[in-house]
Amino acid sequence: MTSATAPTASVTTADAPTVLAPAERAIQTIGGDLTEKSLRLHLEGLPGVDAVGLEARAAGLGTRSIKTSSKAWALDTIIRMIDLTTLEGADTPGKVRSLVAKALTPDATDPTTPRVAAVCVYGDMVPDAVRALGAAHSAGRDDGVNVAAVATAFPSGRASLAVKLADTREAVAAGADEIDMVIDRGAFLSGRVGLVFDQIVAVKEACRRADGSYAHLKVILETGELNTYDNVRRASWLAILAGGDFIKTSTGKVAPAATLPVTLLMLEVVRDWYRLTGERIGVKPAGGIRTSKDAIKYLVTVAETAGEEWLTPSLFRFGASSLLNDVLLQRQKLTTGHYSGPDYVTVD
Amino acid sequence: MTRLTVPKTYKLYIGGAFPRSESGRSYEVVSPSGAFLANAALASRKDARDAVVAARAAVGRWSAATGYNRGQVLYRIAELLDGRRAQFVDELSRSEGISTAAAGAQVDAAVDVWVWYAGWADKYVQVAGNANAVSGPYFNISVPEPTGVVAIVAPQDAGGLLGLVSVVAPALVAGNTVVVVANERAPLSAITLAEVLATSDVPGGVVNVLTGSPAELAPWLASHADVNALDLAGAERLEWVDLQIAAAETLMRVLPPVTGIPGPSLERILAFTETKTVWHTKSLL
Repeated sequence: MTSATAPTASVTTADAPTVLAPAERAIQTIGGDLTEKSLRLHLEGLPGVDAVGLEARAAGLGTRSIKTSSKAWALDTIIRMIDLTTLEGADTPGKVRSLVAKALTPDATDPTTPRVAAVCVYGDMVPDAVRALGAAHSAGRDDGVNVAAVATAFPSGRASLAVKLADTREAVAAGADEIDMVIDRGAFLSGRVGLVFDQIVAVKEACRRADGSYAHLKVILETGELNTYDNVRRASWLAILAGGDFIKTSTGKVAPAATLPVTLLMLEVVRDWYRLTGERIGVKPAGGIRTSKDAIKYLVTVAETAGEEWLTPSLFRFGASSLLNDVLLQRQKLTTGHYSGPDYVTVD
Repeated sequence: MTRLTVPKTYKLYIGGAFPRSESGRSYEVVSPSGAFLANAALASRKDARDAVVAARAAVGRWSAATGYNRGQVLYRIAELLDGRRAQFVDELSRSEGISTAAAGAQVDAAVDVWVWYAGWADKYVQVAGNANAVSGPYFNISVPEPTGVVAIVAPQDAGGLLGLVSVVAPALVAGNTVVVVANERAPLSAITLAEVLATSDVPGGVVNVLTGSPAELAPWLASHADVNALDLAGAERLEWVDLQIAAAETLMRVLPPVTGIPGPSLERILAFTETKTVWHTKSLL
């Protein structure tokens, strides 16, 4: 990735000032007359990313050694931050039920194992997930497990806005606490940042429940398709301006998915936003994080970049399926003193 | 003209690769008279863990190969072993302080043992399996199947090569994969054998060789929940009762320590198998 070629900057679209949806954060940051042009100028005004420095910093953060009691704490924290995910075409109600069972009791041999933050499923599976969770469904409470639904024509995002909004509303109405939406990467890469912005604002509005509260909105940037770190920074900023509660790296369907440098960059964005506004935005790396060792590197990066206040499920999540089993194996090793094996965790 | 010698670095053999110990440790291998021979990697418990992961990953392919195919692969190892005869003789005579003739005899014995076990690969099922008599129109057939990952402490007192071959070959015959802790004082021929394995047709991870202290590594392997069987052949001077107790926690198959080098026997093959019994109707109608 280089910072020299950024498709967002090189392509210009319609000359007429397109007035954008009045998102509160964007108006406060950019100014009252929010147009496509003013948004683009704002995004292009963001400083470029030092790619070499970013990767070196990420590699440096990955070398920390976390042992014994710190490791035990890290493993439990990782479990509490996991969005346990199944996003397959072959998902069945039975598969969702077993996923929920795993989310509630990750390790049947050790009842002290914490629960995961959420289960993440396709929108049409939300009723099954809610039913399976029963009383353990958080549904706005602080304890319990959330239901997250991917929406807006996940994973490609190639559908009309009406379809995306219907997708979102249906999931929220079925009881989803969190919506993972994908941005229109095609529009972003061809410079139509206003379109991307308006869609996020519209989806955010579709997250509103009947009682006026909102489902949490996670905005998936699909960084593997954005090509440059500069684009990742702009897209992150754009997603926050439009009202995202979380920015998420990837769908997990595109390689490369989450990488440490990209996550570090997104953490820098939320740190900068916090310094600017005092508001904390969450970050969710998803896809490709399979080992405890990798996940601990992410925790180190969070603590060193955004700060330890971010080491909570409301501000940092892992989108993962196979990660949980590896964390459980490591946890069993710490508890029992001997190495465990895949026979002692569930088959995914 | 004088030239500098090129001393060989002896490393571990895990998953088909030759890594240094994760711990960065090494130890000096000396001849019986105390002369320096080489530095060998001093494996840590994490190397043992990595070796078990590699062995587990290799079980599927190796155990799914036909007995005939495994026999061919094992036989080829014997061929390659024989082809490296001069190197083995040199290493054995230096590290064990034995004559060239005695070292040659040990290499020959190792090749013979390997060939003997290779021959069993497509025959042991016929000998150990059975068509059981049942009172009904059914076939009732029992067949031995590999148990999975076998952790082995190689004989420690003599015969660095023959001892290793005598415990590794029988575990491979049925389709198990192996993590073996080599002879601590004479590990050089074990790593050279690993080079033979790496250039043969054995898939990576089927045999993993650790050099270092059996006293340090064996407890971790014995208590490892992903190890299916434990061969304590060379554990005579360890606290092997404790190792058996640790292994019992996960219902491992365990072979007790042996004085000297275990001779070739069908029992060593069958010790690492489980019996599967199937019923099938006699008539297809």
